[in-house]
Amino acid sequence: MKILVAIKQVPERDAQIHVASDGRWIDESDLNYTINEPDAYALEEALQLKEKNGSGEVVVVCAGPERVTSTLREALAKGADRAIHIEADDLGERDTLGVAQILADAVKAEAPDLILTGLQSDDLGLGQTGVVLAELLGMPHATIIMQVEVTGSGLKVKRELEDGWFQHVEMPLPALLTIQSGGNKLRYATLMGIKKAKTKETKTVQVTAAAAGPAIRLERVYLPEKQKKTEMLTGTPTEVAAKIVEKLKFEVRVI
Amino acid sequence: MSGVLVLMEQRGGNWNRMSFEALAAGQQLSAKLGVACSAVVIGSGMDALSAELSQKKLDKVFAVDHALLKDYTADGYVVALEQLVKQADPAFVVLPHTYQVRDFAPALATRFGQVLISDVIAVHDGPVFVRQLLQGKLNADYRQTATGSCFVSVQAGTFRADAVETGTAVIEAFAPKLEATQIRNKPGELFRESAQTVDLSAAPVIVSVGRGIGEQENIGIVEELAAALGAELAASRPICDNGWLPMERQVGSSGQTVSPKLYLAVGISGAIQHLVGMKGSKAVIAINKDENAPIFEVADYGVVGDLFEVVPALTKAVLAAKG
Repeated sequence: MKILVAIKQVPERDAQIHVASDGRWIDESDLNYTINEPDAYALEEALQLKEKNGSGEVVVVCAGPERVTSTLREALAKGADRAIHIEADDLGERDTLGVAQILADAVKAEAPDLILTGLQSDDLGLGQTGVVLAELLGMPHATIIMQVEVTGSGLKVKRELEDGWFQHVEMPLPALLTIQSGGNKLRYATLMGIKKAKTKETKTVQVTAAAAGPAIRLERVYLPEKQKKTEMLTGTPTEVAAKIVEKLKFEVRVI
Repeated sequence: MSGVLVLMEQRGGNWNRMSFEALAAGQQLSAKLGVACSAVVIGSGMDALSAELSQKKLDKVFAVDHALLKDYTADGYVVALEQLVKQADPAFVVLPHTYQVRDFAPALATRFGQVLISDVIAVHDGPVFVRQLLQGKLNADYRQTATGSCFVSVQAGTFRADAVETGTAVIEAFAPKLEATQIRNKPGELFRESAQTVDLSAAPVIVSVGRGIGEQENIGIVEELAAALGAELAASRPICDNGWLPMERQVGSSGQTVSPKLYLAVGISGAIQHLVGMKGSKAVIAINKDENAPIFEVADYGVVGDLFEVVPALTKAVLAAKG
């Protein structure tokens, strides 16, 4: 089975975020980037499916500028077989449909049996690229998936719903799944894996289609207004603890 | 093309309660724009639900009915709703940002060459739609630039379901053309993993732990604080994903929704998915090393500091206060 994993590179979770001077996006200088966490779970699921099957291929694909190749290399070190870098410096000018379109163009030639991606990105969080990609490729999809089982006729997946409910869904291949975190434990790249990654292929492809006019536009980013007035408690740990106990006694009244 | 169309969500004849928040959003948007608001109920045999909607201040209630829509499938919904949206031709399609909407709405929007503006937390004049970026660290203003219907989903808790205005509406039956072969996925029954033995929703005091705790071995210090306060221990998703605490202790959109007298968040940054599960708490105290963590936006009292120093000191102080 050929499994393609679409991954995104995003700022690290504890990165200090500053709004760029034009107010349209964040200041990208001095930012450290990493794999989007839900995409790491998608990669893990792909690697485990291949191991369970005993055969197959895992191809990782990522669109973005030169810096995303570090995230692709990391995926190769974890065990992916090949990587495709879609060279694109203008992702900010594209909306979800525009990004899904360049992924679709790159994916078509690969004709994978299964496409996995994270359920949403840690930066934009629109949570749609996977579903839109499936729609563009004419594939069935299922979202927020915790478990994947290959059956004789296709797949049986466990879909997470709200409030602790789940549902099994059976579907034919080829298909696209968006993966939820927590279904598997993430692996680390081994020294051997890092060594091997150097011998693996990373293909660079150019975006052929020019960015069509986007359907939606991000106009401005800014710090959120506070929903509540927060009283900050300061001092040494002991002083802070004493202040909290005061609040617990006289304001919150739980002691 | 005009008007606002709200897509309501039901399962087995029961509303998803977020549908009425979306309905309130749709009514308010239509009032702002001075256009009509209609609503859609989709499924099979939903006369009671349509009748209920006809008591709301709406232009029309579209009852999209087909035997193949009895159980939700993305294919069935996309095919049926594409036909309805084409006929109704609304300027805006408003949906609740539920798991089900996340499953089909992006594909539906794609059929119209549109992109869903998802998980919206406010609507300003323009209309400009506000959504959160980077786990809630920043807000962003979005605007539709294409012509055609604009698809928008609203975050849980953003609009009040009790703000829905009542009135009368005409029910219009809509029979979509749908073939069994168009539905590729076979959905199974809904199930729960195991009986929930921990009911966090009843706890008056909750101490909750997040990613900031670093390692499983460190959870002990938070457990001690919870014990000292007589509180239930809860966690954000990453802690449960790692298996450090059982899933049934998870608070957030995929876990339990709580509204205790006190919610003490330790090392929780406050991603949107977590906040929707606890923002109804009467009082929130947050301890986090990052002063910009979104959890401070909903906290009544905040401590920016090292939880490994603050938490043990607090446990000691609580025990001393209780004598």
